[in-house]
Amino acid sequence: MKSSIRDLGDIRIIELSGKITIGAGDVKIRELISQAIEDDKNNIVFDLGGVTAIDSSGIGEMVACFASVTKRGGQLKLMHLSPKINDILQVTQLITVFDVFDDEREALGSF
Amino acid sequence: MATNGKLQANLVLASRFENIEVAERALLNLCHRAGLGGDEEYWLVTALREALANAVRHGNRQDPERHVRVAYVVENSTVTIKVEDEGAGFDPLDIPDPTDPENLLRPSGRGIFYMRQFMNRVEFGRSPDGGTAVLMVRDLAHIDNDQS
Repeated sequence: MKSSIRDLGDIRIIELSGKITIGAGDVKIRELISQAIEDDKNNIVFDLGGVTAIDSSGIGEMVACFASVTKRGGQLKLMHLSPKINDILQVTQLITVFDVFDDEREALGSF
Repeated sequence: MATNGKLQANLVLASRFENIEVAERALLNLCHRAGLGGDEEYWLVTALREALANAVRHGNRQDPERHVRVAYVVENSTVTIKVEDEGAGFDPLDIPDPTDPENLLRPSGRGIFYMRQFMNRVEFGRSPDGGTAVLMVRDLAHIDNDQS
C-alpha cells in the first residue's frame, strides 16, 4: 500500500492506493492516523480512490482509526470509494458508520 | 493440472502473512486458465485471503514452523477452495455477528462474515492435524447479482 498526505487548513487528506490488507496496509493506516494526531490534525479524510482491495483486517483498522479520532473530538471520513469497496462497506453495514463522499469539495465542506 | 476441464492446485505454505500473496497468485492463475473474469476472481480472492489470514493468525499463531494447506478445484462453473491449518480449532458459532449494532465498531471479527458473504457455501471442520479445515464453494452459475 502507498500513501500521500495533503493538509488543507485543519483537514488532513490521506490518499491511499494498493491493498489495505493484513500485515501491511492495516499497520500503515494505523501509523498514518497516529502521525495525524501527533500533528494535531484531528479532521481526516481517507481518499480510497486508488485502493484495489481491503480485507477484514483493513476494515477493522479503519474502524479502530475512526474510534480513535472520534474519541479525540475529531472526525474521520472517506471519499472516492470504488464500487467494490462500497459493496464491502454496505455488506458490513459500516456505510452507516462512516461519512462517505464522491467529491472532495463536499468532503471538505462537511467538517 | 488440467484434466477433462477440471483444474486443480495444491499448496503447502509456512504461516506467514506474505504467503497469502503466493496463494492469491495461484488462485488467479487457475481463474485465468479457466477463463474467469475480474469480478468473479475478485470475490474469490477476497474470501481466500480471509480464510488464510485466519489460518495464519488464529490457527497457527503465525508460527512459520506450522503449515497451511490450500487446495483449489475449478470444475465447470464451480470453484472449491479448502484451507487447513495446524492450530487448536475453534467453534465458528462463538464469533458474534459483526453487523449487530453493538459490534459495528469492533476492530475484528469480520473474516468469517466476509467468507460467507462472498462464497455460496462455507463449512468448518477439523483438519487431519486437528486444526481447522474450511471448505468454501462458489458456484459461478448462481451468483448473487449484487456481487457481479
